Amino acid sequence: MSAVLELEHLRKNFGATEIIRGVDLTIQAGERHAIIGPNGAGKSTLYNLISGLHEVTSGKIRLRNHDITNRRPFEINRLGLSRSFQVTNIFPRMSVFENVRCGVLWSMGCKYSFWRRVNGNVEVQQRTEEILESIHLADKRHIPASLLPYADQRALEIGITIAGGADVVLLDEPTAGMSHTETARVVALIREISQHKTLVVVEHDMSVVFDLADRISVLVYGEIIASDTPDNIRGNRAVREAYLGTDFV
Amino acid sequence: MSMKGLLNNYGVWMVAALIILLVPIPFGSGFALSIASQMTIAIVFALAYNMLLGQGGMLSFGHAIFFGLAGYFTIHYLNWMGQGVVSYFPVSLLPLLGGLVSMVLGVLIGLVSTRRAGTTFAMISLGFGEMVTALTLIIVSFFNGEEGIQGDRWVGPEPLGITFGSDVQVYYLAGAWCFAAAVAMYAITRTPFGRMCNAVRDNPERAQFVGYNTQRVRWLAFTLSAFFSGIAGTLHALVFEHVGFETVDIARSGFVLFMVYIGGTGTFLGPVLGAVLITWLTSILSNFTEAWYLYFGIIFVTIVMYAPGGLAGLIFMHEPIWLTDPRLLRRLLWPYALGLASVLVALVGIIGEMEMIYHLSNDITGEFVMNLYGFDISLRNTVPWVICAIIGAIGLALCRKSFPLVAQHWHQVMHEARERVLQ
Repeated sequence: MSAVLELEHLRKNFGATEIIRGVDLTIQAGERHAIIGPNGAGKSTLYNLISGLHEVTSGKIRLRNHDITNRRPFEINRLGLSRSFQVTNIFPRMSVFENVRCGVLWSMGCKYSFWRRVNGNVEVQQRTEEILESIHLADKRHIPASLLPYADQRALEIGITIAGGADVVLLDEPTAGMSHTETARVVALIREISQHKTLVVVEHDMSVVFDLADRISVLVYGEIIASDTPDNIRGNRAVREAYLGTDFV
Repeated sequence: MSMKGLLNNYGVWMVAALIILLVPIPFGSGFALSIASQMTIAIVFALAYNMLLGQGGMLSFGHAIFFGLAGYFTIHYLNWMGQGVVSYFPVSLLPLLGGLVSMVLGVLIGLVSTRRAGTTFAMISLGFGEMVTALTLIIVSFFNGEEGIQGDRWVGPEPLGITFGSDVQVYYLAGAWCFAAAVAMYAITRTPFGRMCNAVRDNPERAQFVGYNTQRVRWLAFTLSAFFSGIAGTLHALVFEHVGFETVDIARSGFVLFMVYIGGTGTFLGPVLGAVLITWLTSILSNFTEAWYLYFGIIFVTIVMYAPGGLAGLIFMHEPIWLTDPRLLRRLLWPYALGLASVLVALVGIIGEMEMIYHLSNDITGEFVMNLYGFDISLRNTVPWVICAIIGAIGLALCRKSFPLVAQHWHQVMHEARERVLQ
């Protein structure tokens, strides 16, 4: 296996407050990697640094040996890294189909074209249909995204994220706020779509994490205190202490 | 493609082309043709403006600079051609040249202004608008100050005897460009760029995580909008053969915002409706009353408050009904008629009062006599004041009764349409 995503001594300060305090992390190709940690540990900030939303204070981020530190989100996305959001982040006024198609366009070479009909591009239409099928929203394609039920919106969020064909996918709490059945559906979906991809997932639901992940990293107060297989993490004392008082499996 | 498919896809455009073609038959007078030409110009400018506001979510207070500067360029170019300073360029294709001039300006100004959306963009657009207006008054050699510049569109060869000397010829020139520009702008909404423009408008954060540089999308939208605004400005210069600072100033920028907002930003039809209606109103209203600007403000505020989707929004909110069963619309006819009648009665009273107040404050003769609704009245007499007040009050009372009725019927019909769809 080769390293796909590497974080090196990564730090992030907001004013005087250190949120990420020297994170080193290597994620291998094809791995399903979960990042867990208590609230406020800096998980979402870490995602925002990797995906280019926030500027890094110091340290390096490499994607397949490209230095992507402080590159802009769309540049990082074009290099094959895509992310979802903790709070559903879709195009509310557009239909489900158009939402997914927005995710497809750039990767199919449409770029800023204002002289070709978007409906005329058969490959784009086909790819969009495939994604719709894979997230099980094909029969709701014409519904405005804002009118979808919450669980469907979360599935759509994942659909937009994978639509561009990125092979490194970062999901931010994909099952947050879902019932058991909905969670099971989304976990199955994640398993399906993450085949042949590298998956990084931030998740609070420990049953999901241990069900899904090949490796788990534990982030506490901006530092990785452990990074190991699920079995070893379960037995790790430091992790147990960090989660003391919460229902850690 | 079958005849039916052709009609379904292009029927609206055929009707539009037909309207543009046939207008000079019933409206052949110089005055009517001038209004018709102004409408085609306003349509192009409003559609171009809506590329920014409706499609791209950018509110500009200074977009007239692209309209007016193309106009100045055109007049100069006509004059240069007349003097033989520049080589001949067909007058019928000048809008393309004017559009390109504005496009270049759009590229430069957009580079600065589209870095941010929202308030920042709006403020920068205001700044550029003021700056260019000031320049037109400062650089007299090019803009000729408040007087502006004039030219003659009758220049060069006359293919098929077309000189654009007559009103009807220049109307057809404007109409043809209006049609072509509208088709082009509509087509753009159907391209990958058009869709991403909407995506950036609705959720810029997400758009950059699907690979799009949101700044570049805004910049491109701005540039294209400047191009089409330039076409409109050139047509304006060709129709009037005169361009002054009022073609670039804030009032002109505000006016196009009026048109687009009153027509509706959400649909392609909206700006067209707004452009036609507002152009017609300004030409007609300004003949009847000097206070027309005031009424304009009232229409604008009313639309913003009660019909944020504009006129097109009001029309298209009935779409679910006519798609279900057009006969359901009949049930709305009499409540709508009642509501409209109440509004008209109220307006007669209120407008009467306002006209009298306006006349009273502007009467320089000291006689305080005016003509209101065809009656010669003396403003010293209290009777007209009281009558207008009573009519206004009755109208408002009718509105209070009829509006809930309209709402009630609307909800009933919508409910029934929904039930039928779900069955």
